[in-house]
Amino acid sequence: MMLLILAVFLVAMASPAVERLTGRWAGIVLALVPLSLFGWFATQIAAIQSGAKVSQSLAWAPALDVNLSFHLDGLSLLFALLITGIGTLVVFYAGTYLRGHAFRGRFFAWLLTFMAAMLGLVLADNLIVMFLFWELTSISSYFLIGTDHQREAARRAALQALLVTGLGGLAMLAGLLLMGAAGGSFEMSQLLLSGDRLREHALYLPILLLILAGCFTKSAQWPFHFWLPNAMEAPTPVSAYLHSSTMVKAGIYLMARVSPVMGGTQWWFGVLTVVGGVTMLAGAVMAIRQSYLKRILAYSTISALGVMTFLLGIGAAGAWSPESVEPEMALYAAQAFTIFLLAHALYKATLFLVAGNVAAQAGTADVGHLGALARAMPLTALAAVLGALSMAGFPPLFGFLSKELLLEATMKQPVLGEVLTAAAMLAGTLFVVVSALIAWGPFFGRTAAATAQPARETPLPMWISPLLLGAAGLVFGILPQRIGEPLVGPIVTGLLGASEPVAVHLVAWPGFNFALLLGLGAIAAGLAIYACRTRVLRLSEPLARLERWGPGSWYDRALAGLIAIGQMQTRLLQSGYLRNYLLIVLITALGLIGTAILRLESLPIAWDWPAADRLRWSYEHLYLLLTACLILMGAAGAVHSRSRIAAVASLGAVGYGVALIYVFYGAPDLALTQILVETLTVLLFMLVFYRLPGTKQRSSPALRLRDTILCGTFGLLMSVLVLVAVNIQLQDKISDFFIAQSVGLGQGRNIVNVILVDFRALDTLGEIVVLSVAALGVLALLKLRPGREVSA
Amino acid sequence: MKSIILRSATRYLFPIIALFSIFLMLRGHDEPGGGFIGGLLGATCFALYALAYDVATARRMLRVEEHQLIGIGLLFAAVAGALGLVVGDPFLSTYWTSEFPVPALGQVKLGTPLLFDSGVYLTVVGVVLMIIFALAEE
Repeated sequence: MMLLILAVFLVAMASPAVERLTGRWAGIVLALVPLSLFGWFATQIAAIQSGAKVSQSLAWAPALDVNLSFHLDGLSLLFALLITGIGTLVVFYAGTYLRGHAFRGRFFAWLLTFMAAMLGLVLADNLIVMFLFWELTSISSYFLIGTDHQREAARRAALQALLVTGLGGLAMLAGLLLMGAAGGSFEMSQLLLSGDRLREHALYLPILLLILAGCFTKSAQWPFHFWLPNAMEAPTPVSAYLHSSTMVKAGIYLMARVSPVMGGTQWWFGVLTVVGGVTMLAGAVMAIRQSYLKRILAYSTISALGVMTFLLGIGAAGAWSPESVEPEMALYAAQAFTIFLLAHALYKATLFLVAGNVAAQAGTADVGHLGALARAMPLTALAAVLGALSMAGFPPLFGFLSKELLLEATMKQPVLGEVLTAAAMLAGTLFVVVSALIAWGPFFGRTAAATAQPARETPLPMWISPLLLGAAGLVFGILPQRIGEPLVGPIVTGLLGASEPVAVHLVAWPGFNFALLLGLGAIAAGLAIYACRTRVLRLSEPLARLERWGPGSWYDRALAGLIAIGQMQTRLLQSGYLRNYLLIVLITALGLIGTAILRLESLPIAWDWPAADRLRWSYEHLYLLLTACLILMGAAGAVHSRSRIAAVASLGAVGYGVALIYVFYGAPDLALTQILVETLTVLLFMLVFYRLPGTKQRSSPALRLRDTILCGTFGLLMSVLVLVAVNIQLQDKISDFFIAQSVGLGQGRNIVNVILVDFRALDTLGEIVVLSVAALGVLALLKLRPGREVSA
Repeated sequence: MKSIILRSATRYLFPIIALFSIFLMLRGHDEPGGGFIGGLLGATCFALYALAYDVATARRMLRVEEHQLIGIGLLFAAVAGALGLVVGDPFLSTYWTSEFPVPALGQVKLGTPLLFDSGVYLTVVGVVLMIIFALAEE
């Protein structure tokens, strides 16, 4: 598994070159990669069904419990199949859709990077590794949304998605760390065995809320949903892949993953059901108010994500507390969740690709201007119909089953069952309206206005991809028992946290029951609303005003506020004058350390001053006194010199004097470093000052007095600190360990170096990376000033 | 700075400083020295060239770009750390050969920390030169 993920990353790196070489066949060639992965995962279905679990682990930083461990079970297998399966079709589709696009190679690179990251996310067993992939999906999503980076809207949408999901991700990291600490392991497979340990932990609520913050932002739950419709600035294949079927489900995946150990509590039920329910309804209402195909789909995706959160909320962990949640209901909810997840991925990807076809061929995606395209684009129309029927929940499509199970689950809910069922009904009704908006109006409706260009059927890759996805929805709907046992069964077992495999029997036609009646009612109501939608839209006009005060505007205001604060503190602190910076640094240090010292009752300072025979002592330590004199003279020279270069040279003398002290006290490494740094500093100053004119004027006497007092006080403070530090003895000195182990473990006699390259090599690695970044920053500051020609 | 004395001195000092910097880096594990110090010194000798002649000459002496040095240095350090991963040990595990005699040098042992330290050396040379060259070109 690890190698598979690595392979996709490598292909992603190579894909710009592959794209150049293969030209128009790029989509097909690159689609072979996810296709072969899909094949591999498909061969694992039988093993997973029989209850086997595939694991793989590689030590990364075992002392921190961070391991590259991966784990394949029912839930991750379904996600992996979706990622690679839909991924294959999307890559295939994008090869044609983006033909001639300037950034097609880069686009493929990011798309495949995303695919690898997403696979890593669902397969990772270690929480930290999973988080790493989680962030990687956010970053690749940022670049994919911003594919057309020349447009401001695309850049804005990309940044918004990154900031919102990134902020949630940070909260989630805190939650994951707490969860690992509370559960005693960072391996998900271990945590899942911990039973009630997390639920009964004192930190349960913070852990839950922090992790949900990550899941809700990633999966566009209200009130964090606003980034998703804006992300529709991305090319259509990206919307179809990331923003409907895979990435936005990462949050759903994580909630499903932790539900056996975190779910089933009052908080879990309350938060997930309310947020999921609100998202489900708000998304659906906003969806029918949109007029552009992709935005309609985006809001309906938000709604669908709400449904999944809702289902996880009402159903989690029936096995854990049979008295509070009815086991049968939990089974229905788990089944409904799994089926809905699969059905939604299939029909939503279909409809997005259809929307892409319509926009590409008709030149507009405004449903008000589209109509009667079925004659010109029969195959796309067929795909649209299949997708839309599944979404609306018509039998015998797969969506019908998921709606049945959803209603069964809500009706069996003991608490607020009627309310939840009504909410699910309403959402289902609005889904029907959305389906009609997408599939009926543009393809079979009367043409309201002439389309911008005469539409023709798309090239093969662009119609076959949505058609295959739509057909999959039909096949699964007719033969649900074929996937029930192998795919759905293991997931339901995992969700319920059951020790024995749970039997799942799916049938295409459950017979006449109350849920079916409700489903038919939803379809009828939906069609009725569609028929008189202009009147409904007018009625919902007040909602539009509400939208202006919605979460989207909170984001704008928060961002504007952040920038304003940034500008304010820049004006306040960053004047551009070096002396002011120094002043601020010194005053801050003085204030903080000074207050700390003043609060102490007594300072642990011991004077080691020879009482008797002071003269002989001075004679023996003459070299020290001379060095001190050198340093003092250098300092005085630096202050009094009228030429900058002389001042710098004097400062250099101070530095060399300090290096001498290091030599006297047996720190040759430190002395060497000091001398070299001093030399380079003088050299740098020379390079800069060489071109500056001489100092023309000096500060006023008052200012100089202020500076003298400040610097004098600071010098005094540092001296006191040094004297204190000498007398403080820490209990267990780590240096003792280093001294004892340097030759044995580190195989070196220079302890400083052994620490740098062996004991603390990770720190050193971090430091040289920081150093490199700093050098790039300096380069950018010097070379890329505004109004300057950028060379090479 | 067009100073004949500085220029002549630089030409003779350069190989000495350069050799000494490598010497410092190699002996670092047992005696005072190491990649950081060696790197600073290594950068100094090129900086001296830039001061005595000009940046273009110093760049010709360097033959590679500074950012390439940084990249190679980081790569060395990362590879030295990643070797352990291949065998199944944690990242940054160290490995040493046993001591073997080398003519004129005496007993020598090689190990991944040496590779790591050369990475530090190259990165430091690259970083310092990148800053100095950029300043000197202004």
